[in-house]
Amino acid sequence: MISATSPGELRIEHLVKTFGPVRAVDDLSFTVAPGRVTGFLGPNGAGKTTTLRVLLGLAAPTSGTATVGGRRYADIEHPARVVGAALEATSFHPGRSARDHLRVYAPQIGVPDSRCDEVLETVGLAPVAHRRVGGFSMGMRQRLGLATTLLGDPQVMILDEPANGLDPEGIAWLRGFLRYLAGQGRTVLVSSHVLSEVQQTVDDVVIIAKGRLVHASDMAGLRDLAGSQVMVVSPDAAGLRALVARRWPAAASPVDGRDGAVLLRDVSAAEVGSAAFAAGLELHELSPRDRGLEDVFLQLTAEEVAA
Amino acid sequence: MTATLRTEFRKLVTTRIWWVLLAAMAAYMVFLGATMAFSFTVDGGTTTSVTGSTTTTQLDPLDIARTVYTLAPALAYVFPVIVGVLSITGEVRHKTTTLTYLVEPRRGRVLVAKLVASLPVGVLFGLAGTAATVLAGATVLGIRGDATMLGEPTVWRAIGLSVLAMTVWCMVGVGFGAVLPNQVAAIVVLLAFTQFVEPLVRIGLVAVHAPGVAQWLPGAAGEAITGASLYTSLAGGQMLPWWQGLLVLVGYGLLLAGIGRVTTVRRDVT
Repeated sequence: MISATSPGELRIEHLVKTFGPVRAVDDLSFTVAPGRVTGFLGPNGAGKTTTLRVLLGLAAPTSGTATVGGRRYADIEHPARVVGAALEATSFHPGRSARDHLRVYAPQIGVPDSRCDEVLETVGLAPVAHRRVGGFSMGMRQRLGLATTLLGDPQVMILDEPANGLDPEGIAWLRGFLRYLAGQGRTVLVSSHVLSEVQQTVDDVVIIAKGRLVHASDMAGLRDLAGSQVMVVSPDAAGLRALVARRWPAAASPVDGRDGAVLLRDVSAAEVGSAAFAAGLELHELSPRDRGLEDVFLQLTAEEVAA
Repeated sequence: MTATLRTEFRKLVTTRIWWVLLAAMAAYMVFLGATMAFSFTVDGGTTTSVTGSTTTTQLDPLDIARTVYTLAPALAYVFPVIVGVLSITGEVRHKTTTLTYLVEPRRGRVLVAKLVASLPVGVLFGLAGTAATVLAGATVLGIRGDATMLGEPTVWRAIGLSVLAMTVWCMVGVGFGAVLPNQVAAIVVLLAFTQFVEPLVRIGLVAVHAPGVAQWLPGAAGEAITGASLYTSLAGGQMLPWWQGLLVLVGYGLLLAGIGRVTTVRRDVT
């Protein structure tokens, strides 16, 4: 069943996680490839964190599997040396210094204390290494969370909303750092509820809503969706409706307050033009609309929520 | 396992709360050691019977010394228990359980490491609590002109067992935290049980002529380890031999940890 899986590949297969009557994750399947930065996107409450918690062995799946390099997280010998994960930017004992926080986990991960100083240096927290975490800003906590994931020099990085609380400078730094990690062949999975936050960083996107997969592709695939929308206007509203219902029943969305106007997704203007010509339908407008990626993202996730 | 132990031990000693509790306990025991030594010597074993006739039975100075010097496990055991409890509830409260299980997904192993790592901390609480009691108690006994009995081997044995009892209490705290990981709930239940429920139940059991049952309660078992029980001398009743007291108290810790293992420790971390 498990084919030649590369050590850094994440594989979610038919994953279901229910909390009482709520299906937080609903038959979700996707893979995340090494050497790339993958954005794990969806609105708040879409099931991103739950999926990550199951993948990381913190929560038990109701059914389905989630594996790292073909193995369940709990079956990995030294998991923190294979996967570095930061799930919450607030998971620190406020009374510990940044360095003590790292020193606590160093023995279990199997790295010397000197490694703690190295990673603090890497994320730019060396000057505040001895300050108590309770006084840290959100951005500093994010950096400390990142430093913690780096302790074991893992092949796989899983970061939940790592840009939250970072200032623009911090976001630019994070972007460069994630690209650098992926450039070393590592698997980098970054979750976010805002596409624009990660769209310049990621190679691939996995978009979920209501616990279900709504889109998975590389960024180019997502951009294709953005470009292929056509505005169609005809004086013959009934004829247009009939044509749309016959040819592209699933691709149409109405235009507010305009009878005889329709927006068609995933269809080229040429296709619509030739179909209208063949049907003898008079068109007054046939224009490709360039949608923003955020619009695509919102539409993808909203559809699932509506359904 | 060594790595897990080192991680758990570092968790305990990199926060400041245990220092605060250690200092508070030491101060409390200086006060109690001095007061108890004083009251024992002033009252000198004078007991007033219900009929009003006063009989003076001079208490054995050895018993006085042993009772005073082992006050820590009788009255201050709640301090090491709280430190043990915090090692679990603190993780839940600060949401560090996530990271703990990320670096060691074998949760049973983490719990065992917490139990073992609590022992050296318990020894420290035992040493500090007992030393504070003995210093204050012996000073007052000396000032009052009574024998400090510090040359007696049985006194030193009681002092050593007092340290041992405090150590076990710290481990019991870890087990209790595993059963009740909510910090506020755990502390409230702990204080209510140790300071109110158990003393009342012990006195009640003696009153209904079932002192044999009271000796199996955790507080009674803890006092039995040192062999000098304040409550037993106050309320009457029976006491287990020291080694049975030790086994019973260790048993409570392991039983609680076992219950925690199959209940709260197994749950999803959210």
